[in-house]
Amino acid sequence: MPPKLCALCNEARAILKRPKTGQQICRDCFFYVFETEVHNTIMEARLFKRGDRVAIGASGGKDSTVLAYVMKALNDRYDYGLELFLLSIDEGITGYRDDSLETVKRNQQQYDMPLKILSYDELYGWTMDAIVAQIGKKNNCTFCGVFRRQALDRGAAMLNVDHIVTGHNADDIAETVLMNIMRGDIARLGRCTLICTQGEDTIKRSKPFKYTYEKEIVMYAYFKKLDYFSTECIYSPDAYRGHARVFLKDLEAARPSAIIDIIHSGEAFEVKDEVKATQKIQQTCKRCGYMSSNELCKACTLLEGLERGLATAAITDRGRKKLEESATSTENMRTIPFFQMPAGQAATATAIS
Amino acid sequence: MSLNISVVFQGGLDNLFSKKPSHKLTIPATSDGKPANLTYLIFWLRDNLLSEREELFIQDGTVRPGILVLVNEVEGSGDGTDWELLGEGDYELKSGDEIIFISTLHGG
Ligand SMILES: [Zn+2]
Ligand SMILES: [Zn+2]
Repeated sequence: MPPKLCALCNEARAILKRPKTGQQICRDCFFYVFETEVHNTIMEARLFKRGDRVAIGASGGKDSTVLAYVMKALNDRYDYGLELFLLSIDEGITGYRDDSLETVKRNQQQYDMPLKILSYDELYGWTMDAIVAQIGKKNNCTFCGVFRRQALDRGAAMLNVDHIVTGHNADDIAETVLMNIMRGDIARLGRCTLICTQGEDTIKRSKPFKYTYEKEIVMYAYFKKLDYFSTECIYSPDAYRGHARVFLKDLEAARPSAIIDIIHSGEAFEVKDEVKATQKIQQTCKRCGYMSSNELCKACTLLEGLERGLATAAITDRGRKKLEESATSTENMRTIPFFQMPAGQAATATAIS
Repeated sequence: MSLNISVVFQGGLDNLFSKKPSHKLTIPATSDGKPANLTYLIFWLRDNLLSEREELFIQDGTVRPGILVLVNEVEGSGDGTDWELLGEGDYELKSGDEIIFISTLHGG
């Protein structure tokens, strides 16, 4: 078969077929369209202001490694005027996170960005290894998810950044849309497709890869020879997400636009006011100051369960009530340091455009 | 007649192949009188090299959705080409080709 020419430049030999458009393009045109689409997403959503301090949530995996590389390239090329940082959370998983953090440390050198690593051990006094040793492998993803979310915010506050960007890609978002539909979680369905979320008491978070296909992220990393880590977490992965993911990949194989179509469907759901009203009002956790929909935030509740040897009780609503009824003092119990938003949050400047 | 080819596994797929990321192989040049193609190679890998969990590599007669395949043709530029441009499973192998399998399914 004679080599096909690139559909964009008509000069070089095509090396890949874009899942989004079916176009067959060459290596250099691929780099150009990949980066330019992310740039356009950033501009259209007006994600950043000149002078913003932005933390890239870095796990050492493909998405965040490519995100760090592209954020640096775009910041230089288009003069966004951002100060970029790498922020990694060390969950304390031997044989998994310790290896992936080595990748992040190499990225720090390669991309010349300051790196902050915050560990569960330092923040909560528990590593995931210790948590799994106590509670087993069944509900450990619940702990890890709650702890990671809060740890990212706290790491960002320590770096005094205005904004956290994460490597969530179009496939991840489509998966989350499907999961929220399957669970009937309509309130979350509206929120999960937002490119940027910001509550009053949380640090702004956004997803510059919202419209970027996983296939293209992996191809980009391959052709750029980027250094990333790819191993499954050694503790039981989120089985429900796993099913959504396999289903989505099957759909994509039949029709590549399925991913973007599902995101658009999620965006088109309008959440009615009465559904919104059933969402609990946010307050701050009386123990640690982090935003919460109850007196105690989820992390404090889970931590108390661990400390009192009643870890699994903290996962269900009924169990949590029991915990509260039998409340004892927090003396002799590890608690989370008090949370404060970074000082520079209210600063106003004009959006880059 | 046989072909000498290289096979590379990335993105965690090496775990299914004795944790070894790259392999030099000699495979038959024909099967049932037809030249060996990528589909033939995928099944040859399953039968001769796969060390565990076949369902994570093969599904419905081809690689599992989420696995990317690139072909670094012996006379090519050295970067590899998405197999979707080369006829996917029908691509006929040549001695000296390097085939890269990358899983997109792991980690973020
Ligand atoms: Zn081109
Ligand atoms: Zn709390």
